[in-house]
Amino acid sequence: MLSVEQVSRTFNNKQVGFTDVSFTVKEGEVIGILGTSGCGKSTLLRVLAGLDKDYTGKFTWEKEQVGMMFQEPRLMPWLTVEQNVGFGMKGDSNSTIQELLKLVGLAGFEKLYPKDLSGGMAQRTALARALVTEPKVILLDEPFSAVDAFTKMQLQKLLLSIWKQQNTTMLLVTHDIDEALFLCDKIFILRGQPGELYETIIISEPKPRDRGDFKLTTRKAEILSLLDLKQTV
Amino acid sequence: MLEHSEHAVLTKANKTKQSRYTKPKTNRKVLLGSILPLTLLIIWEASGRMGIIESHLLPIPSVIVEGLYQMALEGTLWGHIGTTLIRVFAGFLIGTFTAVIIGSLVGYMKIFEELIDPIIQAFRSIPSLAWVPLFILWMGIGESSKVILIAVGVFFPVYLNMVAGIRGVDRKLIEVGKIYGYTSFEIVSKIILPASLPSLLTGIRSGLGLGWMFVVAAEIMGASKGLGYLLIVGQNTYSPDVIIGSIILFAILGKFTDWLLKFIEERSLRWQDSYANQR
Repeated sequence: MLSVEQVSRTFNNKQVGFTDVSFTVKEGEVIGILGTSGCGKSTLLRVLAGLDKDYTGKFTWEKEQVGMMFQEPRLMPWLTVEQNVGFGMKGDSNSTIQELLKLVGLAGFEKLYPKDLSGGMAQRTALARALVTEPKVILLDEPFSAVDAFTKMQLQKLLLSIWKQQNTTMLLVTHDIDEALFLCDKIFILRGQPGELYETIIISEPKPRDRGDFKLTTRKAEILSLLDLKQTV
Repeated sequence: MLEHSEHAVLTKANKTKQSRYTKPKTNRKVLLGSILPLTLLIIWEASGRMGIIESHLLPIPSVIVEGLYQMALEGTLWGHIGTTLIRVFAGFLIGTFTAVIIGSLVGYMKIFEELIDPIIQAFRSIPSLAWVPLFILWMGIGESSKVILIAVGVFFPVYLNMVAGIRGVDRKLIEVGKIYGYTSFEIVSKIILPASLPSLLTGIRSGLGLGWMFVVAAEIMGASKGLGYLLIVGQNTYSPDVIIGSIILFAILGKFTDWLLKFIEERSLRWQDSYANQR
């Protein structure tokens, strides 16, 4: 699906960014990218999305169709909710839009402008927009970090149900270990400045998982020690 | 069921929002805003009638209105108003159109910025009225020199705001377009232009203001028709009522066209999360 070979992208005299990252992703996998701030997680995603061209190394997508969701909703303020959802679509496809709006729980709010939406609603609109083109891969850059805990759990569940329905490959950058444990099959730990791929953790528990699962809790401790938080604090 | 009730709540919310613009508040606004001008008018009229102001220098409002009314009856007034309006409109269209085209290019493409912006900035530092003699020399005192002068006046504010608007577009929104594989043209038409619309409309409104200023200049320089021509006629025939009458007409027309643009602005910027939309 995706193979990344020794990709590097650094700024500021190689102080920030990531370097020498290689991995492969299979179709339908959910990959979490975890790391402390400044280790280049988001930059990695931007490079893979084609938004940052100044990298070295090589990566190839097997399929071109990529959807992306950012940390902020990034809705077009002059478009209504339904127009925003349909933003990436060519041609008319109102029925798909309405279906997706129902899926993310925004039926009845089609005609509102982004300024009238709450943070959670805006992010759900952004999710619907990322899904509307039925991408084979979705890149998610800390997508739920700005929404409240309750909405966050809802959206994670929603993401999981979409994964089940369409077997979408997902790359999820996050700093929330619980989120990664709940959603991902594999977790890449980035560490250092510039960040390097330090460890790959495989989580084989079947999804949906129980958030309070004991096994997951032990994995969390493992990840915490890997992230080496002591050094940064 | 749930969906239905949600919808009901929504339409209700919309209604309360619209009701903010209904009559009681507008009436209050008009009333408050007209207290001062009305008082001034009454004082003016009264002091003129009592002989405190000399009427051959400052005629009283009723005389001015009477003069305008006479001209309207004779039919000459409409010709003057029409000529001036056409000149402003033509110059405004030409100026705005070229400014939007050149401004988009300069704002969007670095190469055009480096190529065109310096010379435009250089021309901008010339007071536009300084062009008048040259335009008259080149094109005579006919319509074209006037329209071009107005267009030059309109061009700069529109151009500057267009460029600033495009430069201020959020990079993050453009990235969304790139994710969907938009071409440069699609990015400009679907993201950059709508995003810079608020700034462009500000530019167009100040451009129109300058257009009115320049039509006066153009018509004073040499014209046989138009409100600016009436100003000169009033000066030459010692009739301040004609001068003040055409000043008032300029004010009314300028205000009306600006209101028209403001109306369009409000209509097309309803999505904006601004202080004005919140009030």
